[in-house]
Amino acid sequence: MTSSTCELALRMGDNALILGQRLGQWLGHGPQLEEDIASANIALDLIGQARLWLSLAGRLEGRGRDEDALAFFRDQHEFRNCTMVELPNGDYAFTIVRRMLFDAYQRVLLERLAGGAQAEIAAIAAKSKKEADYHWRHSADWTLRFGDGTGESHRRAQAALERLWGYTHELFAADEMDPEADSLRGPWLAQVEPLLKEATLAIPVDSAFVSGGKRGVHSEHLGYVLAEMQYLQRAYPGARW
Amino acid sequence: MVDAWQILAGISDPEIPVVSIVELGIVREVTQAAGGIEVAITPTYSGCPAIHMIEEEIVGRLKQAGYAEVRVKTVLAPAWSTDWIAPAARDKLKNYGIAPPGRVNLYPRSVECPRCGAARTERVSEFGSTACKAHYRCLECLEPFDFFKPL
Repeated sequence: MTSSTCELALRMGDNALILGQRLGQWLGHGPQLEEDIASANIALDLIGQARLWLSLAGRLEGRGRDEDALAFFRDQHEFRNCTMVELPNGDYAFTIVRRMLFDAYQRVLLERLAGGAQAEIAAIAAKSKKEADYHWRHSADWTLRFGDGTGESHRRAQAALERLWGYTHELFAADEMDPEADSLRGPWLAQVEPLLKEATLAIPVDSAFVSGGKRGVHSEHLGYVLAEMQYLQRAYPGARW
Repeated sequence: MVDAWQILAGISDPEIPVVSIVELGIVREVTQAAGGIEVAITPTYSGCPAIHMIEEEIVGRLKQAGYAEVRVKTVLAPAWSTDWIAPAARDKLKNYGIAPPGRVNLYPRSVECPRCGAARTERVSEFGSTACKAHYRCLECLEPFDFFKPL
C-alpha cells in the first residue's frame, strides 16, 4: 500500500465526515419532520462510511491513529475533504442541491473504486455505493421538486446551483494523488445534466476557479465545523460515555 | 456444548426484535479453531448503531454457553443485501407490521400494507425510524407503516 492509498482513504473519509456533520446540523431544524429524519439517516450513513474510511486510513498510515484520533485530533489543514461539503447549509434548496451534486459524484467514484484492485478499498466502496444510490434518489427527487416547483423554490434552487457549481471543479481536478479524477466528470455530467434539464434549472457557466479542500486548503467555514465537532474530545481527551 | 449457530439464532436484532441476526444475514461465518471461536458479521448499513450491541451480545451469549475465547470479526465484502433475509423472517417482519423488502432488482411499484394487505399505499418518506426502513401509509386502512428498504 502506498501513501496515495492512505490519502485516498482520507479524502473519502473526510468528505463523508464533514458532510455528515453538516447534515446533522439540520436535526430539529428540518423543513418538515420527514426531511429532518431523512437528513439524520443520511448523516448516519455518511458517518458510518467515514468510520470505515478513516479506520483504513489510520491502519495504512501506521502511526497507531484510529478513526476517532483522525476525526477529533487533526487540524484544518490536515483535513482532505472537498470544499463543497464544508460550506454552511444555507437554505434547504442549497442543502439538497449540494447533496445532489455530491451524491452523483459519489456514485461514479464509488463504482470505480469498487472495481479496483485493492480489496479493502473495493469493499468499503461497494458497500457505500448502495447507500449513495439511495441518497441520490432522495436528493434528485427534491432537486426536481424545487426546480420544477413554485417560482420561489425554483429561484432558490437556481441560486444554490449558481453558488455551488464552481466548487464542483475541484472534484474533477486531477493531481498526483488522483491522476484520473478528470475522467469522472463525463459520467457525473451524464447524471446531473438530464436531471437539471427536467428540473428546468440552467447549468451555470464553468469558471476557472478550483477550490483546494482536498489538498488541505480550506474555506473559513471548516474551522467552525471542526470547533463544534472536536470540542468535547479536545477538552476531555479520551472521554467515553 | 450447544452449537454456536443455534445460540446465534437466538439473538434478536436490537431494533427489530422479532427476527434474529442469523435470519437477517448479519452472521456470515462461524469458525472454530484451537484458539477459540470466531464469528464473522457484516453491518446492514455503514452507520447502523445496532452493530455494536450485536457484537457485545454475541460475545456475551457464547461465553455464557461455555465458549471460552470468542472473537467477532467484521467483514464488508460482499456488502450486505436484503436479499439475504430468510423467507421465514420476511413473514415475521410482516406480522410485526413492517412490510418486507422485495428483491433488490425488482423495486416494488406498490408496497403492500402489512396490516390490511391493501396494495393502495403511498410513500411518505424515503427514510423512516431506522436506517433500514422507509415510511409508508396505507390509503385503505389509513395506518402508517414501515417498509424494509431493498438494499
